[in-house]
Amino acid sequence: MSDLNKLTLSAARDLLRKKDVTSVELTEACLQAKSAGMALNAFVHDTSEVALEQAKAADNRLAEGDASSMCGIPIGIKDLFCTKGVPSQAASKILDGFRPEYESTVSQKLFDGGAVMVGKLNMDEFAMGSSNETSIYGDVVNPWKVDQRNLTPGGSSGGSAAAVAGDLCLAATGTDTGGSIRQPAAFTGIVGIKPTYGRCSRWGVVAFASSLDQAGPMTKSVRDAAIMLETMCGHDPKDSTSADLAVPNFEACLTGDIKSKKIAIPKEYRMDGMSEEIEKLWAEGTEMLRDAGAEIVGVSLPHTKYALPAYYVIAPAEASSNLARYDGVRFGRRANISAGDGITEMYEKTRAEGFGPEVQRRIMIGTYVLSAGFYDAYYNRARRVRTLIKKDFDDVFAKGVDAILTPATPSAAFSLGDMATMDPVQMYLNDVFTVTVNLAGLPGISIPAGLDAQGLPLGLQLIGKPWKEGDLLNTAYALEKSVGFVEKPEKWW
Amino acid sequence: MSIDKATAAKVAKLARIKVEDDALPALAEEFNMILGFIEQLNEVDVEGVKPMTSVTPQRLKRRVDQITDGDQQALVLSNAPDAREGFFAVPKVVE
Repeated sequence: MSDLNKLTLSAARDLLRKKDVTSVELTEACLQAKSAGMALNAFVHDTSEVALEQAKAADNRLAEGDASSMCGIPIGIKDLFCTKGVPSQAASKILDGFRPEYESTVSQKLFDGGAVMVGKLNMDEFAMGSSNETSIYGDVVNPWKVDQRNLTPGGSSGGSAAAVAGDLCLAATGTDTGGSIRQPAAFTGIVGIKPTYGRCSRWGVVAFASSLDQAGPMTKSVRDAAIMLETMCGHDPKDSTSADLAVPNFEACLTGDIKSKKIAIPKEYRMDGMSEEIEKLWAEGTEMLRDAGAEIVGVSLPHTKYALPAYYVIAPAEASSNLARYDGVRFGRRANISAGDGITEMYEKTRAEGFGPEVQRRIMIGTYVLSAGFYDAYYNRARRVRTLIKKDFDDVFAKGVDAILTPATPSAAFSLGDMATMDPVQMYLNDVFTVTVNLAGLPGISIPAGLDAQGLPLGLQLIGKPWKEGDLLNTAYALEKSVGFVEKPEKWW
Repeated sequence: MSIDKATAAKVAKLARIKVEDDALPALAEEFNMILGFIEQLNEVDVEGVKPMTSVTPQRLKRRVDQITDGDQQALVLSNAPDAREGFFAVPKVVE
């Protein structure tokens, strides 16, 4: 069978169960595609040997007939996840050479389920970025291309998005603090879901902003997302914010029946200067859901406008605290110091050399908003606004709304380098539709919904009620069927 | 509120990031741009609103107060840039 790397996760699972294909065959196909796809710069640490061993073990499990849905599936793991004995450096120079002595809970669950690690995936440094241009490994290139320009795959899970869209692996893990799964999924024409805060354990995932970070799958279809998410979720005593709730069979939720579901369209997401294409896409998505039997209602989420500024207080504040651990003492890279330098100089030089400009900027903004005299004016005010943003959603859901439909991003993928001369705030605006969801701790999914006039993918986002990922996935599944998005990037690499 | 060069230097010091003197004015300018964006929050009436502490209403789980882990000195030190005789080694701390 040819082009095994192009299969969806669910199709591969079915073939594995029927013994029509082996995990070793699937894995070899992905490893070949990975080698041929170096131009995308999606994979950063080679784990081919691990992958083939895992694939053989998965084939044995499959032969015994006792295997989960993920058994034998070749996936990529974002570099933010600590993987035992395999370099895990969050795309930062400061973690150069770090090989964890432990496995993150999410990757452990995937491996326990029999998943195969094709490699570690490129990303923005410490997950801070929306274009995958802050990585120590260099930019990731979007497989989608319409002219000679190289486009961004989005960020921070840009390597995950490019690898899945370019068929270098069947699916990948991502993480999402302000939109880092959903925005790159939209830019590359794939599906990405950020579950409810607390669904996936954060243990062993390099922390950026602990009250916002969530892991999730990035896949080629909604069904694939349901399958992979189920394996990633579940209570973990090692993460005190992990929810002790039963994990439903998400795939079984995919009936495609959304009759009498109430879908809300929030008026505040219609931004000034929004492109006609995005507006049209949104309207078409709305009509499709209506045609599928859903009831469409207009709602207001009045504090939407304040989500980004609140995020750019809270996330840097938490980051400044989380990233204090990178001090050149316990792990990672220490700067060379001069004779007479004490420990403070060692810290300052290590952190100046080890962190890139965007990470330094956010650490310092976080330090400032938490410093004496400004804590109330910035940090506490932002946390109050966060309470109001969550209340906006609570009020809407209290009216019987099942899901909220919005655009995923304000534009299609832009060129790498395009934002280099802009001020940092322009880049932050990429997350305008996704960041509210993190602040409110809700599940959100981005699905491909069409191509723009240039031929680049655009996504729509569905936002669900807390812990109702099954219902959200089903609505996304219904929309996916109506949209019928089948376009793939033309292979140029 | 405007950040000057001295404040930028102070923030860099607090964050333990070495910033050369000649880079401070540009840094201060960036801070001001980002803080200008954040200033929008002042438009919101937050009177009587509690700062969010947990996004999902949950009670922290408790467990029996007993040792569950430990005795992993070699693993703990395995990634240290400089480990000697079972300890992390650092430059002189006390003057």
